[in-house]
Amino acid sequence: MVFENLDEAYFIIFCILIGIEVIGNVPSILHTPLMSGTNAISGIITIGAVILLLDISETDYLNLVLGSLAVFLGTLNISGGFFVTHRMLAMFNPKTKKHV
Amino acid sequence: MFNFLEGTYLISIVSFIWGLKFLSNPKKAKFGNWIASMGMALALGVTFVSLGINGTLKINIILVGASILLATILGKVVSKRVEMTEMPQLVSFFNATGGACAVFIGIIEASRINSLEPVQFTSLLLGLFCGGVATSGSVLALRKLSRKVSDYRYSWIKVLSRGLLLTSLLLITGASFGWIGFNFLQLSLILGGLALCYGVLFVLPIGGADMPVVISLLNSITGITTALAGILLDNKIMLAGGIIVGASGILLTIMMCKAMNRSLIKVLTGSFKGSNNQQTSSGEQVYQEGNVAETALLLGLSKRVAIIPGYGLAVAQAQHILRQTQKLLVAKGIHVDFIIHPVAGRMPGHMNVLLAEAGIEYKALKEMDEVNEEMSSYDLALIIGANDVVNPAAETNSSSPIFGMPIIKAYQSNSVVVLKRSMAKGYAGVENELFNKDKCKILFGDAKESLQLITNELKLI
Repeated sequence: MVFENLDEAYFIIFCILIGIEVIGNVPSILHTPLMSGTNAISGIITIGAVILLLDISETDYLNLVLGSLAVFLGTLNISGGFFVTHRMLAMFNPKTKKHV
Repeated sequence: MFNFLEGTYLISIVSFIWGLKFLSNPKKAKFGNWIASMGMALALGVTFVSLGINGTLKINIILVGASILLATILGKVVSKRVEMTEMPQLVSFFNATGGACAVFIGIIEASRINSLEPVQFTSLLLGLFCGGVATSGSVLALRKLSRKVSDYRYSWIKVLSRGLLLTSLLLITGASFGWIGFNFLQLSLILGGLALCYGVLFVLPIGGADMPVVISLLNSITGITTALAGILLDNKIMLAGGIIVGASGILLTIMMCKAMNRSLIKVLTGSFKGSNNQQTSSGEQVYQEGNVAETALLLGLSKRVAIIPGYGLAVAQAQHILRQTQKLLVAKGIHVDFIIHPVAGRMPGHMNVLLAEAGIEYKALKEMDEVNEEMSSYDLALIIGANDVVNPAAETNSSSPIFGMPIIKAYQSNSVVVLKRSMAKGYAGVENELFNKDKCKILFGDAKESLQLITNELKLI
């Protein structure tokens, strides 16, 4: 189970260090796309919603509705986040200027 | 089957890390976004298929598939339709949906499960709380960005919000040690409600100018929420993705605060305007009103022009006509630089995105620090809908609430023209001494219309 040895602690600490390290030198011009991109990545929570929804009993209607909503909202976070980031970044690319 | 899933997750985690790394590099950012989105699609797809095959519950599979499909399409449509000027609001909105997803996960788990490991129990409650705060906080931040809600700085809000936070934390601690008699579902619903209220009260007193910082912070909170859900469901990719987003989000928040020379604590307590409320009652400003012909003439006679865009440009959607103006000036042999304050607009990088949308070349965009020492070499500084970022009070007036914030030294250029809608104060709510100076002219009106008139006039010169 979780936290039964120090492996989890190592895992968490390394993830924190990676998170700080990878965006360390980002120029301010990229702050908005980066925020949007990380926002999309935090949509990975949808995985949890999918796991739960697949596990809910077929007659538990309330939870089926809640679960579907969770998957829907989570996926919206992912898809919207990545598409918006793409759209912002496409504007920095001179070749695809006409992009509306 | 399970090991296959774990292997896929590993690939996805690596793709997220690479994606973020590339997203921090102007040349590779697009590829970074692509690789992260592929990692996400892979993780989601494989989870769905491998768990769906084992499951016999048909309805659930249909529900999952339909939800994913609908949300993907909706996300694509919304992100294409929304105006570039409303990007910050959109990011905030998507953050709210992520938080809401976490709240639902918490409630569903609470209603189904009677016993959990202590660590997971606490993560569930904490995750529920953080998710709720991120949801309502993001929605309010969104409303504030579009100026539907103004700042409320009554002291009872702060007292109430701290009380709520304390109550919630006590509730979580108490429940974790088994001191509180509610059943799990009741507990989670109460906590969810408290979290939603706290999110609102948390953002309410924070000044509108600080919304980018708040959104970045809420984004980071969503990351932490995801990590907590990862502990709850014992899922590595949620844990890793959540922590990476949480950590980088906090770093990004701190970087933004630094750009504004404000401490995170001051932002969060809303003390920006606090000191200002007592001293706003200074007399009317004396200023000189300019006109279109004069501005066009000034532009046409300059050799070097600095254009300083702010949120007013975004509101007026004036970026395309600004591109026209720039073209005309360059054709006349005038050197034009766009000088961008790190926090111009409502989000760092917001102005860059807008100007890039209009087709203005990357090399014409200068960051504040690049050119600030040579501002006196410009014949004219054309300020479009920016206010606080050029306010010399930040350098000279130690009692000003924005004292210490780095500004673009527009006042050093030979002359200044400001395009503004009215004499209203900027987002920080302070008077701007620049407007009183002799060399400064103010041209009132919508930035788009003013620029159009100026451009027409320029063609005649």
